[in-house]
Amino acid sequence: MEKFATIRSTAVPLPIEEVDTDQIIPARFLKATTREGFGDNLFRDWRFHSDGGAKTDFVLNNPLYQGKILVAGKNFGCGSSREHAAWALGDYGFRVVVSSFFADIFKGNALNNGLLPVQVSPAFLHDIFMAIEENPKSQFTVDLENQTFTINASGRSETFPIDPFRKMCLLNGYDDLDFLLSLRDKIEAYELRRKPVPVEETI
Amino acid sequence: MYKTLFDKIWDAHLVAIAEGGQDVLYIDRHFIHEVTSPQAFDGLRARRLPVFRPGQTIATADHNVPTRNQHLPIQELLSRSQVEKLGENCAEFGVELYGLGHPYQGIVHVIGPELGITQPGQTIVCGDSHTSTHGAFGAIAFGIGTSQVEQVLATQCLLLKKPKRMRITVDGHLAPGVLSKDIILYIIAQLGAAGGTGYFVEYAGSAIRALSMEARMTICNMSIEMGARGGLIAPDDITFDYLRGRAFAPESDAFETAVEQWRELYSDPGATFDLEHEFRAENIAPMVTYGTNPGMGIRVNEPIPIAPAPGDSITSFGKSLEYMGFNPGEKLLGKPVRYVFIGSCTNSRIEDLRLVAQFVKGKQKAPGVSAMIVPGSQQVAKQAKAEGLDAVFAAAGFDFREPGCSACLGMNEDKVPAGEYCVSTSNRNFEGRQGPGARTILASPLTAAAVAVAGEIVDVRNWTN
Repeated sequence: MEKFATIRSTAVPLPIEEVDTDQIIPARFLKATTREGFGDNLFRDWRFHSDGGAKTDFVLNNPLYQGKILVAGKNFGCGSSREHAAWALGDYGFRVVVSSFFADIFKGNALNNGLLPVQVSPAFLHDIFMAIEENPKSQFTVDLENQTFTINASGRSETFPIDPFRKMCLLNGYDDLDFLLSLRDKIEAYELRRKPVPVEETI
Repeated sequence: MYKTLFDKIWDAHLVAIAEGGQDVLYIDRHFIHEVTSPQAFDGLRARRLPVFRPGQTIATADHNVPTRNQHLPIQELLSRSQVEKLGENCAEFGVELYGLGHPYQGIVHVIGPELGITQPGQTIVCGDSHTSTHGAFGAIAFGIGTSQVEQVLATQCLLLKKPKRMRITVDGHLAPGVLSKDIILYIIAQLGAAGGTGYFVEYAGSAIRALSMEARMTICNMSIEMGARGGLIAPDDITFDYLRGRAFAPESDAFETAVEQWRELYSDPGATFDLEHEFRAENIAPMVTYGTNPGMGIRVNEPIPIAPAPGDSITSFGKSLEYMGFNPGEKLLGKPVRYVFIGSCTNSRIEDLRLVAQFVKGKQKAPGVSAMIVPGSQQVAKQAKAEGLDAVFAAAGFDFREPGCSACLGMNEDKVPAGEYCVSTSNRNFEGRQGPGARTILASPLTAAAVAVAGEIVDVRNWTN
């Protein structure tokens, strides 16, 4: 996994709540067997008409809004466990998603793919949306080391929570599997010590 | 120290505690399917890793399979390639596959329980958020992403932060015509689509205890729709009776020994939960959803709210109603509906099919209605045919298909056309979930059957006696 460095970027506003993973990447685009290319269908049905023409009123089709940061309403990523949602956001070019609240499985999937979910207070989220509305070229800084999200123009900043282990993994480009593989002895010891479950041999 | 059921199972599966307080949790059972596993197998290949415990993983093809002519090659090329890839991966890595044509094939959350692979006290994962279904047996079961599928294949473990515990108690008696689907839609409507985020839920109370295993599975299945990672119910004699004699359940003496252990799986009186909710079964009526997340539900005879729930924005509420073509304050009763879908991991089990058959027997679907019934598995389909349910469905004008996830998520060709309403027994009413532009109204199998017969939204309580 790529190491996560401090990011300075403009942001794309999506002031909608309960953005579910079926909107991020609809099920009919989950037939690929690789991780690449899902960005083409990110927010497919909000972004394109059924004939493939762009919906000009959708934010990703508005050239005013660009950047590596997506800012969205609360409960972002609810619904299906499809990791394709995180892949699609990353493949499109986002490195950070900001919301006041994330769904659990999406949050884990994002972190496992170097996409940083930044949880801010509802009031600060509102301020971020306002800053983008006033000036679509507003710059923001995401500092993972110090766990801060800053609106550069005003200098206003908020700290965001992240599990220390996840933070260490992102900063160093490690993933969970590297760690779990290093525990092989402990895993095998666990298998030996736990009470035999009579069903273990049946499959 | 008093422990909750969740803590008893979690603690028994703790391999180690990592830096930063993450738990290394051992996984007993891993289910995989064609959509969320191929990239995980690629990851193993890239690292030259085998599957660590192949005997603890079971594969099936469900999300992407056609529900007609399953004996023929899959027509849609991408779908076919994905299903074939699952076969290749399972063969290469030594994983048991119940693929198309196998008598055990079906929706992953239907086959695990019906084969007795799902058992009390286990930890169970699958790359599918509705893995919470298996919690009905008193197991910790939850959905994971593909990176985690790879981790379980490689190490049989996951690195997790222990969730908080919530208990939802439902006491009392359900009125006739009210099903477990209505209980869970009611709970989600009360708590909201994010009301359970960060929690693992235990369902308790006399109304839950009175339910069959299949009805309990419907409740646990939709735990994720309020944001909870999973839901579980303490096992009891209903659980043990369900499991006895199943293909992979322990046999004879071993089964009795297992039951002795399973009887210890309950929350100790005095165990504390981080959050508790209590509901009365008498307040629950047949439920329908009116919006684009499962928290937007009402009793079928109530009007749509005139304003969003506290904390929800008017913009999202308005956007949702506009998508559905509904107005605030409007009633759904009497709304014409042309599509009915009975199926999905929420409601495609034999009891669901029996209830529908009992209701539609001697009746006819309304003209112009397309009513599809998709059984959850080959075993369910076989049993339905043995009981003559297929003939009842055919006589009533319902289309009885072959097993799969089907129109729940519209990955195969079973889709609802744009702008059309579909009363569906599935679990998600998200925009476009059943096809681009499709408008989903979630309901119980009984309500769905009544809507198919009436051709409009009805209160099934007026149709039962």
